[in-house]
Amino acid sequence: MKISIDHIASLARLSVSEEEKSLFGAQLESILSYMDKLNELDTSAVDPTSHVLEISNVTREDVTAQSLDREDALANAPDKTEKFYRVPKIIE
Amino acid sequence: MKYEAVIGLEVHAQMRTESKIFCGCSTRFGSEPNTQTCEICIGMPGVLPVLNKKALEFAIRTGLAMGCTISAYSRFARKNYFYPDLPKGYQISQFEHPICEHGHVDVAVDGETKRVRITRIHMEEDAGKNIHEGGGNYSFVDLNRAGVPLMEIVSEPDIRSPKEASEYMKKLRTILRYLGVCDGNMDQGSLRCDANVSVRPVGQKEYGTRAEVKNINSFRFVEKAIDYEIRRQIRVVEEGGKVVQETRLWDSAKGITESMRSKEEAHDYRYFPEPDLVPIAAERRWIDELRASLPELPDAKKVRFVSAYGLPEYDADLLTSEKAVAEWFEEAVKAGGQPKAVSNWMMGDLMKLLNGDNREIGDCPVGPERLAGMLKLIDKGTISGKIAKTVFEEMYRSGKDAEQIVREKGLLQISDESAIEKTVDELIARHPAEVERFRGGEEKLLGFFVGQAMKAMKGKANPQVLNELLKKKLS
Repeated sequence: MKISIDHIASLARLSVSEEEKSLFGAQLESILSYMDKLNELDTSAVDPTSHVLEISNVTREDVTAQSLDREDALANAPDKTEKFYRVPKIIE
Repeated sequence: MKYEAVIGLEVHAQMRTESKIFCGCSTRFGSEPNTQTCEICIGMPGVLPVLNKKALEFAIRTGLAMGCTISAYSRFARKNYFYPDLPKGYQISQFEHPICEHGHVDVAVDGETKRVRITRIHMEEDAGKNIHEGGGNYSFVDLNRAGVPLMEIVSEPDIRSPKEASEYMKKLRTILRYLGVCDGNMDQGSLRCDANVSVRPVGQKEYGTRAEVKNINSFRFVEKAIDYEIRRQIRVVEEGGKVVQETRLWDSAKGITESMRSKEEAHDYRYFPEPDLVPIAAERRWIDELRASLPELPDAKKVRFVSAYGLPEYDADLLTSEKAVAEWFEEAVKAGGQPKAVSNWMMGDLMKLLNGDNREIGDCPVGPERLAGMLKLIDKGTISGKIAKTVFEEMYRSGKDAEQIVREKGLLQISDESAIEKTVDELIARHPAEVERFRGGEEKLLGFFVGQAMKAMKGKANPQVLNELLKKKLS
């Protein structure tokens, strides 16, 4: 196996069962081996593509715009108070 | 064994823009929680961030001021991790191809100039703020700060002592404030510092294992936190242990750094190019324009203050530490003040009064031309240097000019010989014993007579006239 399902799951904050581990493991493995096919091509003369659009320098002026009303901003939060998003206590 | 510390700093500076880095929400500090957010900065699906041109300009200006190369091609990247203050589950930052690279900052430490190389300066968005107090089993999240533009200025491990680290920080702050790109306010978090610290035996070439110290939020703590961390690592090594590569949190209340084990796993950030933002290819012409518009920077200004005004290095250093202070000085000189006299008054009485009131020079009730006006009165002999201290404080408190105060309070210096002579005659009559001793060779008693005469004349006597008269009458 090239990848550790446990590590990826923990980085993604997902808990996966043993069954899922072998299922996803096999699926991810097959995706990676498909990608390996690309390695058969000689790309030494090709720049890596980070963006498919041939444009650059899209910027906006430093001007403020209307923000959301707090009520709207918090509307979708699973837990909140009048002013804040509320989350389980963060312990360092 | 003797050890040497090797320190590199990562400084986050909040850029002084009106709006956030990728959206139009305000960056104003101290607003009601969660009132400065929108779909973009709280990470709603399907939104598109667009780079604030001012933030890009500020990063480039900073790079130019620090002698960096401005990248012809630069791009953003996603830094992936989970934390409640990070709404998208990733921070938009730069990884490969930062906007600026390979610069340097010169720092004066104990009279010697030390060059600290800058590895890179990159742009990124700030996270929100977590509030832990008063919530029992909960923490609270305010996302007003999420998306506020930051520059991260990363130094090479060129720093060798806590003192050098804090001087480097101060120099960065000075430069950033000269450029007007950051207000440099550490209390409000506009300037934050993480330190990479390691130790090695003196003479060893290889670096030791480093620990990253986070949460350093004042100049005082830069020195304290690094000093603590150096001592801790030396102790670990001397006891036969090994320094572990880890993130440590500075606890200013306890004065120690503590391991943040919870951060360890999160170090796999899986950076990849940010697909929502197109690359930056800053035009040469624009960069040249920005370079040409840079203000005179502190190092150059200091050199000029020494050569043009004949100031000692010490004065020039203090006067150029803030652009506003340097400008105030130059205006006072332009208004006719003698440079060294202006400098003395600024570094002495003026700074004392401002510090006492916790005021910046921009809010000083005495303008530079008023100080120059008062100095003229001293030069002309209208007031004595001693009285001037009273006049100056009165100018500061009342906002009136020197001449008005002198007139109203009757503080004119008395240079009239006959008036002073009268006081001197009375003194001599009243202190026959001291007169005898003086005539017997105890010349230091002259000071006693000067003091008594000044006291009798409420400090208004012209000291030169008084001295001459006393000497004449006593001998």
